[in-house]
Amino acid sequence: MDLATFWFILIGVLFVGYFVLEGFDFGVGMLLPVLGRNDRERRVVINTIGPVWDGNEVWLITAGGAMFAAFPEWYATLFSGFYLPLLLILVALIVRAVGFDYRGKRTDAAWKRNWDIAIIFGSYAPALLWGVAFANIVRGVPIDADFDYTGGFFNLLNPYALLGGVTMVALCLTHGAVFLALKTEGDIRVRANRIAGRAGLVTALLAVAFLAWTVASFGGNAASVVTAALAALALAGALLANRAGREGWAFTGTAITIGLAVVTLFTVLFPNVMPSSTDPANTLTIANASSTPYTLKIMTWVAVLVTPVVLLYQGWTYWVFRKRIGVHHIPDDGAVSSPAGTAIGGA
Amino acid sequence: MDALDVARWQFGVTTVYHFLFVPITIGMSLLVAIMQTIWFRTRDEKWLRLTKFFGKLFLINFAMGIVTGIVQEFQFGMNWSDYSRFVGDVFGSLLAIEALVAFFLESTFLGLWIFGWERLPKPIHLATIWAASIGTILSMYFILAANSFMQNPVGFHINPDTGRAELNSIGALLTNKVTLATFPHTFFGALMVAGGLIVAVALWHLYRGQDEQKPAFRTALTFGGWVTILATAGTLISGDFQGKIMTEVQPMKMAAAEGLYETTSSAPFSLLTIGSLDGSREVFAITIPDLLSWLGKGDIHAEIEGINNLQEQYTAQYGAGVNYAPIIPVTYWSFRMMIFFGLAAGALALLTLWMTRKGRTPTSKLLLTAVLTLPILPLVANSFGWIFTEMGRQPWLVFGEMLTRDGVSRSVSMGEVVTSFATFTLLYAALAVVEVKLLLKYAKGGLPEIHPEPGDDEKDDADRPLAFAY
Repeated sequence: MDLATFWFILIGVLFVGYFVLEGFDFGVGMLLPVLGRNDRERRVVINTIGPVWDGNEVWLITAGGAMFAAFPEWYATLFSGFYLPLLLILVALIVRAVGFDYRGKRTDAAWKRNWDIAIIFGSYAPALLWGVAFANIVRGVPIDADFDYTGGFFNLLNPYALLGGVTMVALCLTHGAVFLALKTEGDIRVRANRIAGRAGLVTALLAVAFLAWTVASFGGNAASVVTAALAALALAGALLANRAGREGWAFTGTAITIGLAVVTLFTVLFPNVMPSSTDPANTLTIANASSTPYTLKIMTWVAVLVTPVVLLYQGWTYWVFRKRIGVHHIPDDGAVSSPAGTAIGGA
Repeated sequence: MDALDVARWQFGVTTVYHFLFVPITIGMSLLVAIMQTIWFRTRDEKWLRLTKFFGKLFLINFAMGIVTGIVQEFQFGMNWSDYSRFVGDVFGSLLAIEALVAFFLESTFLGLWIFGWERLPKPIHLATIWAASIGTILSMYFILAANSFMQNPVGFHINPDTGRAELNSIGALLTNKVTLATFPHTFFGALMVAGGLIVAVALWHLYRGQDEQKPAFRTALTFGGWVTILATAGTLISGDFQGKIMTEVQPMKMAAAEGLYETTSSAPFSLLTIGSLDGSREVFAITIPDLLSWLGKGDIHAEIEGINNLQEQYTAQYGAGVNYAPIIPVTYWSFRMMIFFGLAAGALALLTLWMTRKGRTPTSKLLLTAVLTLPILPLVANSFGWIFTEMGRQPWLVFGEMLTRDGVSRSVSMGEVVTSFATFTLLYAALAVVEVKLLLKYAKGGLPEIHPEPGDDEKDDADRPLAFAY
């Protein structure tokens, strides 16, 4: 295997990491208004991902950086081509992150409600748009001989890609519900479990339809049929485990489902990185979009040395914060710890 | 205006905005780590309260630094795709390594630090803020290496078949002399901002805060004041070093910074020049003899090349029909503003320390008002520094290799760029208002109360509220 193929796989792995990890924190954000019936419950929901969402998001930054470095042509064509969806993703990620951080910094209800909206929008929109974007990459888009995307915005909104977007939202939502059932206790846990069961059935239908369409229409090979089938099986297993109240297994199941769904897309894509629907000669492939062997060699060394360390300390984070959270763990709402500021500064 | 101009404005606005938060993140992560270390060593509760208080200000700011940073990474592909194609091999690899080596470290350990109070053993909790701070500093290094490649491209060759830059020495890329000079300059510039922030907040509390908190804020004032003064000295020394390297690798930038049109020996440094609107004719000037020659080459008699001579030289080397000089008034004034605001910050910090020596609290309202600008002065200096270094590179995107106009995305329409420029400008403006209000609220709020730590028998109590929660 040459290094360019290795980096194609590694970028696949980074996106698997991103969607598995940020997938559940997107789901948690989507469920904020459903599971958080009052402010205290909403704070429980947010604090399940408090220590980890930022680290999860770095998987995207790393995937983006790796694409830039290993496949500059792919990065350039994709990011300039899918301009408006990426702009929306950026806006969503910005208001979402700021929302997590700022929501609890003041006590008034309007402030919190506005940031709740930011978090909810910021969780739905990126999941939907990444689903649309990846489906379009697999499907192929108009690309000219200079490797420039010529399709415009509405070309991206075809039925297959929209199904991809909705499927991604459903997967994240179920994944998030299962995560919340795993990480909370009491009433929220029971409700999260119930939502996971209901959402899971819809998700299963969507996922099977989307993966079947993918494998059937876009050059699915034997490997992609296997990964798609395993993804469906894992989801079925997750739903059974959820019904049995085995949240750890259910979460493992949805994580595997999302991971294998992403693997399926990359397997169908191989050995292309961005097929051209204009002319097959304009298709971006692993071979014609990649960097030089020297750059890939340097980056391989860095990745091989650093990635295991990253996995170790990120894994440790999950271990440190492994305990379930309930409403009684939430400290009283004192945005400013001492009232001195209001008394003296008139703030 | 065309799409190229809008893309340039967008890059300028989003970068300067991003860099309002970055210095605070770099400087404050380190200073908060130092405060926590002092508490760890002395067990003096004052330092714990300061750690938590300034830690909170740091975190309010950190969120903004992160989210505006993602925009920067995406922007290269979105607005500057031809640039990305041209340098992906070199520039992209630095961004990828930055993410892998630095960002993961920074965000993961910051999460551990924020939520790990009372959950992690004290030495390990202390180590998490150091890991986050080291991640921040590493990230700065890789980004400056990427930027320095645009100023002084090294470690690459152009592939004649594809016309693209290809990396051939990662060692050369990471030890680019511009990187080595820019790194300390940016680092000290960041510390000036963080030190200034601490001084301003502390002095405010000495005037108007609770008596009970004043001893702690006096300590913070001295700490922040010394940091600012030492960082000013560091910025000056590294800036001088950087100026000499710039004169060597980008003589046009130095000439533009001075508005020096003709090659001159024993060149004077101009403190203030009123010129004609295009900057080509001098109307009035105050100058210091020989200083420019010394700044540029370390020798008061050295010859400094002028804009006209360099233009001739570049025309012969790179082709006719291009104005190889940056916009002179922008480079001239941004260079001076950087120096002026930086020196003003250092002087103000010095004055504050003098006025508050031996436990004094000056009564002058004027001093208080002035010192409240102390975090802003170095921030403005930082911004002008970036405007200078980036505008001074023009018309080059990669010096000597790619013109800015050739790097823009061809497939992106005017409407798309305008949409994103307008979106980011409005969003950033709104968030700036929110962030400043929050910072002021928490800065005025005073030190947190320290609750007694849970005893050993309570440590396992599963129902104890979280020490920190959103």
